[in-house]
Amino acid sequence: MSALMSIKDLVVRFETPRGSLEAVRKVSLEIPFGTSIGIVGESGSGKTVMSRAAMGLLSGSNVRREGSVHFDGKELTAMSPKDVRNEFGTGMAMIFQDPMTALNPVRRVGSQIAEGLRVRLGMDKKAARARSIELLSLVRIPDPESMLRKFPYQLSGGMRQRVMIAIAVACNPKLLFADEPTTALDVTVQSQILQLLSELRRDLQMSLVLVTHDLGVVANNTDFVAVMYAGEIVEQATTTELFANVKMPYTEALLKSIPNIEMKGGTRLPVIEGRLPNPTDRPAGCGFAARCSYVQAKCTAEHPPLVDAGDGHLYRCWYPLGHTIGRKQ
Amino acid sequence: MAGSGSAHLRNNDEVVLDVRDLVVEFKVGGGRVVNAVSKISFDVCRGETLAIVGESGCGKTTLGKAILQLPPPNSGDVIFEGTNLTKLPKEQLRSARTAMQMVFQDPISSLDPRMTVHDLIEEPLWIWERGTESERQTKIRELLNNVGLEPDLVMNRRSYEFSGGQCQRISIARSLALEPRMLICDEPVSALDVSIQAQILNLLQDMKDRYGLTMVFISHDLAVVKAVSNRIMVMYLGKICEVGSPESIYSKPAHHYTSALINSVPIPDPTRKRTTAPLQGEPPSPVAPPSGCRFRTRCPAATEKCAAEEPQLREVTPGQFVACHHPRV
Repeated sequence: MSALMSIKDLVVRFETPRGSLEAVRKVSLEIPFGTSIGIVGESGSGKTVMSRAAMGLLSGSNVRREGSVHFDGKELTAMSPKDVRNEFGTGMAMIFQDPMTALNPVRRVGSQIAEGLRVRLGMDKKAARARSIELLSLVRIPDPESMLRKFPYQLSGGMRQRVMIAIAVACNPKLLFADEPTTALDVTVQSQILQLLSELRRDLQMSLVLVTHDLGVVANNTDFVAVMYAGEIVEQATTTELFANVKMPYTEALLKSIPNIEMKGGTRLPVIEGRLPNPTDRPAGCGFAARCSYVQAKCTAEHPPLVDAGDGHLYRCWYPLGHTIGRKQ
Repeated sequence: MAGSGSAHLRNNDEVVLDVRDLVVEFKVGGGRVVNAVSKISFDVCRGETLAIVGESGCGKTTLGKAILQLPPPNSGDVIFEGTNLTKLPKEQLRSARTAMQMVFQDPISSLDPRMTVHDLIEEPLWIWERGTESERQTKIRELLNNVGLEPDLVMNRRSYEFSGGQCQRISIARSLALEPRMLICDEPVSALDVSIQAQILNLLQDMKDRYGLTMVFISHDLAVVKAVSNRIMVMYLGKICEVGSPESIYSKPAHHYTSALINSVPIPDPTRKRTTAPLQGEPPSPVAPPSGCRFRTRCPAATEKCAAEEPQLREVTPGQFVACHHPRV
């Protein structure tokens, strides 16, 4: 399986008055054709910055980006912003977390969908309108023709997210980034949107990157999962392997903290104590050491490398779960 | 989904909050009326946590606010500790309300960004002239300690310097300042990361035990509710669908809507596939709710009877009440 996007040693730094803040630290990730990858982490883990940097969406004089992003035979980091922009829509597209603010409030839905079609694909007004109606029915919006005339404020959160998805897939992108696409939505609408994304990925043969803080969301909707913590990938495997065979204590803690419908009422939820390390002052050892319940002396002294368990299951831990050697009982 | 009916009311001495036939309507112009809450009755016993669950737009937030008379309901009674709040003159209502406090969904926008944490928590004490200056200072420190914040580190900072989880802790401390006997939490964790959700849910449990609170917990997520509640009330379009203990509701949901909600919760296990299709569509407009059972337009078991006749709440198993003509149990 060849990679559609391959990210190598990506570093993103923000220069702030209080020093350099390294939000993404040497992340490497391959996104194969036609697969879906989940990127999971807490707020501040660098997952959003990483996906935006990969798309070339971060700009500003205080942003430093290093490393390489190879997409569809081209090196994005070597291209001019204008050339990168030409990849949007037809090459890659993004769905944002908050459908309330991502849509333009003063333009009708129809013109927002048609914009990409007319600019990117050079369609005339009539063709763009016909295609917009097709797209709206593709994302299962009832009565698509009347939807074209509506403004975003007239729609519910779920409907707005469907419109966002229609805009994103309008020009048949090869790669779709979905950044917390369901976090702002109800559980019932969340399951509808996740199902829709899975179906679209299959039907339109896209690769999908699903960025989320909820491991429950990726479990049934992705082929691979990468867990991020403090700007690094700390565990990566196929979805079935990861859930069957968790190696990182952090991933285990994340899994345990999900409110589970099968647990007894009135019981206390397991929590991850403490918080992410300050990004301007990272600890020398493992970033999770201060919060880890299995912590050993070596963890605070030396930074663990990302190692391969042999079957493509990567983890960044001196004492991975499931190994008893070297672990205090 | 009628939910008119009173079979589920308990009428014993332990009832702290008794809501009868509550109706809240909003005029929206053109003579149209949004039926946000339609004749809902329920009661909450001392020390109990009642969870109100439903999708966006089902009227759960309006219901929570109507208990506090924000705004006063169109008709119906809210009896708190024997006093009918709907009949109280303005000034008496204001002082009665100090015994019931609210925690809001968005912890960042519900705190005034220009006030320090110290002032935020002191404000209610100052308004009600509680205690001397030094008593107040002790109280503020005690509250901050109880919600897990270090008073000396946080007192002089402002809300924008804190993360979402920390802001929610500050909101909780503020709501407890007047030593309320009842706390109404409106989606207190839905804006937070999964790992932080667990911390706040545990904190709410601790505060409930420490201050002997009675709680109304509003949420759209049945998985979150399971951990905290003693009794669950499922709402749809301004009506009650089902009332019961968490055990009965999760193990054998009687209403088709409850079952759909439970099935929408993502399960963090890729080997388990969904057995039923997720709920399709969105709730109809509350301006023109369907006749009979309001859920019938999305219900897999709907018949002609559902359109003609509004189901009343009745007991299906001991302590479990459902408003459905064709219950699942």
